[in-house]
Amino acid sequence: MSQTAIEPTTAGGAGGRISWRDTLSDIGVIAHRNVIKITRVPEVLVFVLLSPIMFVLLFAYVFGNSIDIPGTTYREFLIAGIFAQTVLFGATFTGAGIAEDMQKGIIDRFKSLPMSRSAVLAGRTASDVIYNVLSVAIMALTGLAVGWRIRGSILEAVGGFALLLLFAYAISWVMAWVALLVPSVEVINNASFMVIFPLTFVANTFVPAEDLPGPLQTFAEWNPVSAVTQAARELFGNIPPGTPEPTAWSLQNPVLYTLIWVVITVAVFAPLSVSRYQRSSTR
Amino acid sequence: MHQTTAAPAIVATGLRKRFGDVVALDGLDLTVPEGSVLGLLGPNGAGKTTAVSILTTLLEPDEGSATIAGADLRTQPGEVRRRIGLSGQFAAVDEVLTGRENLVMIGRLYRLGRTRSKQRAAELLERFDLSDAGDRPVKTYSGGMRRRLDLAGALVAEPPVLFLDEPTTGLDPRSRIELWGVIRELVSRGATLLLTTQYLEEADQLADDIVVIDHGRAIASGTADQLKAQVGGERIELVVADAARLDDAHQVLAAHATGDIEVQVPARALQAPIDGGVDVLTDVLQELRHRQIEISDVGIRRPTLDDVFLTLTGHVAEEPDDDAQRTDRAEVTA
Repeated sequence: MSQTAIEPTTAGGAGGRISWRDTLSDIGVIAHRNVIKITRVPEVLVFVLLSPIMFVLLFAYVFGNSIDIPGTTYREFLIAGIFAQTVLFGATFTGAGIAEDMQKGIIDRFKSLPMSRSAVLAGRTASDVIYNVLSVAIMALTGLAVGWRIRGSILEAVGGFALLLLFAYAISWVMAWVALLVPSVEVINNASFMVIFPLTFVANTFVPAEDLPGPLQTFAEWNPVSAVTQAARELFGNIPPGTPEPTAWSLQNPVLYTLIWVVITVAVFAPLSVSRYQRSSTR
Repeated sequence: MHQTTAAPAIVATGLRKRFGDVVALDGLDLTVPEGSVLGLLGPNGAGKTTAVSILTTLLEPDEGSATIAGADLRTQPGEVRRRIGLSGQFAAVDEVLTGRENLVMIGRLYRLGRTRSKQRAAELLERFDLSDAGDRPVKTYSGGMRRRLDLAGALVAEPPVLFLDEPTTGLDPRSRIELWGVIRELVSRGATLLLTTQYLEEADQLADDIVVIDHGRAIASGTADQLKAQVGGERIELVVADAARLDDAHQVLAAHATGDIEVQVPARALQAPIDGGVDVLTDVLQELRHRQIEISDVGIRRPTLDDVFLTLTGHVAEEPDDDAQRTDRAEVTA
């Protein structure tokens, strides 16, 4: 074995600082690995593809006839809410994936390599966007099949999808941090269920926020899930003319409010997760 | 292989690490000359894995410092990672990916580039006898194949310093001997190796120097022979064919013995401590022949590392807890 393959240079800097280009390359390698896994684990793929279809059909046909939203059909109202709920659940894949890597010990391998310290997490959150792109695409098709329509401009609709994906990306970082604290796939799945269900139901996803009783209404109005749902509804043109203007600032400016949430969440949880990752060990 | 003049590839001084109330490392010093193999020998919980985790930058020590291939562990962790390869106790490979994909991924994370990574993956699969299985997902591999792949992963970038943490724990005897062959070949190519093991035989087979650790500190170090000598030196054991010649044989041995000679009359056996190994044995045999003393058995008995371990720590190396370790127990009690 030749000893010259690794040049013992100090070009990487004393602390082994890694250039942006190398960091992006590392993120790409990790994301590619995760994408390969999507295609090899059929259970996951089936879940990603089938659960959105199930949600759309369940809500459209079970609740769709009994919940009345003035001025619009419930299905039209519902779709954006289901989009938001599904991408939120999609974000839990990030947590489950990281917990699994921790359990299997491959994190030790990554940590012993001269790769970027943030690439394992950034690669994971990036590849999980792909899960969500797939889910959203399937949901949109199912939605179109049951009568949902984009009534605004295409550009706005693209903006709506982008906002949903950005929101899920931010939640992915929260899930990454949780997974590093509690590296157990089972705990992650159960815990995220307990947090995400109330978050998506105490919101305007399935019923108008104004219909909720007092404190729940306030919570729903400021719940970021409501904001991203409201934003998607507006951008898809699914809010019929004559609908009363929401009273809360968060729902009057849902795009801005969602973006603020995304930026703050990533700014807080990405560094927290990376620092937690550096200190974590599977042993 | 073992050059005393070479600069040390690994130097660690006063490494300490606590986990809550548990002291995992209690001031460990290590020096591994370039191109040599250090065996870190100790029972479970002795601190072996903690030591490897610290030296490979996975854990930060509470106290102490270390230099790996010239790079300082605290101030240049990135440089350290560039110069090491780690193969752990638990095969750290991705089960869903194929063997080849695992190696290419590692190559790319060492920044060998796409082409070179693919080339290295192919070379290593070939060398570790995994070519046929290279395009199958790792979850279809046997335990021995996973370990070989994990070891191949540590070699992707041909790092000058390798850390192998209990590379054969849990393997069946055949896979273990195969893996020993692979490790010997690596060393013959000039790599510096730090190997942890709870198997005395493994340290004896592979290591130039051995550090015995227990409760997070080194309790003895030296070559396998030096360690064995600490416990007691070599002994000649001989059995004479005719009990009547026991006294004559005793006289011959007395000229070479460095201590008291033990005589077992019913077995017609004599045991004498000596210093000088095979040369002394040859002299003794010539004299015995010269005096026409017929013998039915003769040999040099050296203490095993098991004796060393028992003497140093007051307990047997390891209670076996799985099938693969059962072989060792047989050897220990034999």
